[in-house]
Amino acid sequence: MLDMTPAVLSERAALRINPCKTCQPVGAMYAALGVHNCMPHSHGSQGCASYHRTFLSRHFKEPAISSTSSFTEGASVFGGGSNIRTSVKNVFDIYNPDIIAIHTTCLSETIGDDLNAYIQEMEIPEGKYVVHTNTPSYVGSHINGFFNMMCGFIKYLSERGSAKNGKAAIFPGFVNPGDMRELKRIAKLMNTPHIMFPDTSGVLDSPMTGSYEMYPAGGTTIDEVKALGACEKVFALGELTGEEPANVLDRKCGVKYELLPLPIGIENTDKFLMALSRFSKAEVSYELEEERGQLLDVILDAHFYLYGKTAAIYGDPDVALGLMSFALEIGMIPKYVITGTPGEAFERKAAALLAKYSVEGCTVKQSADLFALHQWIKQEKVDIMLGTSYGKQIARAEDIPFVRVGFPILDRYAHSYFPIVGYRGAMRLFESITNTLMDRQDRDAADEDVEPVM
Amino acid sequence: MNTILEERKSSIRQGGDGSGMGCERGSVAGAVSQRACVYCGARVVLNPITDAFHIVHGPIGCASYTWDIRGSLTSGSERYRNSYSTDLREQDVIFGGAKKLSAAIDELAEHRNAKLVFVYATCIAGVIGDDVDAVCREAERKHDIRAIPVKAPGFSGTKSQGYRMACDALMRLILPHKSDSEIRGVNILGDFNLAGEMWIIKNYLERLGIPVVSAVTGDASYETLIKMPMAQLNLVQCAGSVNYLAKLMEAEFGTPYIKVSFFGIEDIGSSLIRTADALGDARAARLAREFIAEKEAELAPFSARYRPHLEGKRAAIFVGGGFKAISLIRQFSAMGIETVVVGTQTGQPEDYELIGQLVGSDAVILDDANPSELEQFMREKGADILVGGVKERPLAYKLGIAFCDHNHERKHALAGYEGIENFTREIHLSMNSPVRRYMEGGI
Repeated sequence: MLDMTPAVLSERAALRINPCKTCQPVGAMYAALGVHNCMPHSHGSQGCASYHRTFLSRHFKEPAISSTSSFTEGASVFGGGSNIRTSVKNVFDIYNPDIIAIHTTCLSETIGDDLNAYIQEMEIPEGKYVVHTNTPSYVGSHINGFFNMMCGFIKYLSERGSAKNGKAAIFPGFVNPGDMRELKRIAKLMNTPHIMFPDTSGVLDSPMTGSYEMYPAGGTTIDEVKALGACEKVFALGELTGEEPANVLDRKCGVKYELLPLPIGIENTDKFLMALSRFSKAEVSYELEEERGQLLDVILDAHFYLYGKTAAIYGDPDVALGLMSFALEIGMIPKYVITGTPGEAFERKAAALLAKYSVEGCTVKQSADLFALHQWIKQEKVDIMLGTSYGKQIARAEDIPFVRVGFPILDRYAHSYFPIVGYRGAMRLFESITNTLMDRQDRDAADEDVEPVM
Repeated sequence: MNTILEERKSSIRQGGDGSGMGCERGSVAGAVSQRACVYCGARVVLNPITDAFHIVHGPIGCASYTWDIRGSLTSGSERYRNSYSTDLREQDVIFGGAKKLSAAIDELAEHRNAKLVFVYATCIAGVIGDDVDAVCREAERKHDIRAIPVKAPGFSGTKSQGYRMACDALMRLILPHKSDSEIRGVNILGDFNLAGEMWIIKNYLERLGIPVVSAVTGDASYETLIKMPMAQLNLVQCAGSVNYLAKLMEAEFGTPYIKVSFFGIEDIGSSLIRTADALGDARAARLAREFIAEKEAELAPFSARYRPHLEGKRAAIFVGGGFKAISLIRQFSAMGIETVVVGTQTGQPEDYELIGQLVGSDAVILDDANPSELEQFMREKGADILVGGVKERPLAYKLGIAFCDHNHERKHALAGYEGIENFTREIHLSMNSPVRRYMEGGI
């Protein structure tokens, strides 16, 4: 399909081709689905909610609910005040959530709807909550939407309380339910009482039971979101995703935070474990020591297949940085690393990683798109691509082995149930990368070179 | 939870009467609607035009959600499968985005050999005051291309309005090519060549000696579209989306049209014969009868083999347009399956009336349903299978109900006689999968 992509780069200042990001509201919707008994609400045209739900359903293969303000011509002229009042009433009457989490859209932002004022003026049933965040689609990306929604919950709900609750708050970053489960398992093994926020495990990986639950069993409870303010400390995972909500919680409730990279790969997981260990004063458990040793063991077993192999890595900033770090740990060269999400910090952090491993000749770019990545690949090919489903056409056009990782993955099943974080997640990633490269070697080998032993 | 919004009551009928349904209106504020927007309607109709640049003028979301998802196949350019947009940023919103749009079209025209550009202005383009018409006019003059604005802010109506905008855009494209000469053959309107379905129909028509001039918009290109005014007849397939275009073309070029459907054994046969009749082509009509007899005979043993697995089951349908729902009801009935729940996103009053005549007296008919309503009625009516799109699939699976995708995510054709086989196999496969044995009794 992309045979027509020219190798020669031309200046492109206005045109975006094949984006590596999407808009804020879908991230906000994802974050809101990680709160128990919560209805995400899209304050905009009905198409927004429909697209976002579809997008999430395609990645998670699960129902993803959200209500919409269903803007009309009138609302776009006179403001969406009456739409949101009607919406909140209808949602509580019909769908009966405990909380409605409103996010805005490009439309409601542009016409200047003041959600603060609307919410203050509206009648909210006893014991129910309405929170909101601003997610202008023309700023940042879905990653901003995700952390902005977290900020919204914190601003409305989190309370300092009368005493600290002895818990750590863990902000997992924009990751899959499988990752959140793994982070919770690790925290438990590290004797760390914690609140995971948001937590889509048990929501977007809920079991088949024969009945449809609009609000599945999982998710951070409202009481837990309130209690974030009484936590001893926050571990904000994903330095580019976690900082803003951690900051907001610090300012509001004085909870100090430690910003950590997403625990993808050996060193990033080590950092997470050490941070938990400092917090809980617990030694790293044997179980985790064993997992780390196993990971090193398999990397050693197969390292010949990876050393010096070049990779193109693309996706959300913290995931891309984590993958980049792991690629360097296993001897690969992250030749191209891009994210569509704007932010200079991405390039700085990537440059620091490259410097640490003394690797040169790599290209790193934020606010980039997949068309540019394809053009670079045409100029100098890589051995493997690591990223979302949107790279599959490039992988096919250029005949490059391809490992799907990140968000979204629209063309495979069950991926969201398994982690890429922690040592186990690293082992899973390692297996996928190695197998993909070895499958390619087998595919391309002459008959006489194909043997059961490799 | 099983209560129904007061405002929704006129859009839900129990008892199989579809007349006077509340439809063609915006979703209720606060609804978990399954429905898309004006932009979506316009985009899905135009997107399959293979060699056009489809530029979304707005923030990135609307471009990324519609990137290469349509499932329409091409025999020519693959340009339409890329995502082009102006990715509007905050300063564009403050200072206006028209300049950026103009620069984006320049970049396409200068480096990528553009001939045809559709500019989709999404929610905020108009609100921030961008004169998309002027930008397009200027681009046409400057680059000698066609640059057609599709001003489709999501809030300006329902998905159906988007269809109309797409039809208007197409008229704008083909109007300068009005001609007195006629080409023998038909246009197929409202087939998007999902999984090659348009090609199947085209082959059938060619067997009858009827050439296809152009399709709207499956596997269409600039060159095929501009020949449309010269065709003898328009076959309107997805009526919800393109009936309006057929009317415009009739008024402007005098092209007559008939409504057809190539889904389901009954509709395929009658559509082929009616096409030949409408052209006054006796030879084609004779060939059609022979062809239908041959194909139906071929299909009979296949259908007989599957029938015992399907007979007596109950189906629920929730699809985009009314016409699709109608064909599905007929095909289910040919398979021995009763349709017990039927809903659409954009059905018209006359569709609902016909639906009411086709289904049993205790069937439920819904316009713009939400998940709770679908759940409630599928349970109540004991549906074994749901036919729907991407948002309905996980819902059906959670309920343990079988599912058939009749939207953009399928990779096999459901039109034509081949399509009946695919459809039958899929219904059987999902309804009778061994995994169901583990679901019924629990552990």
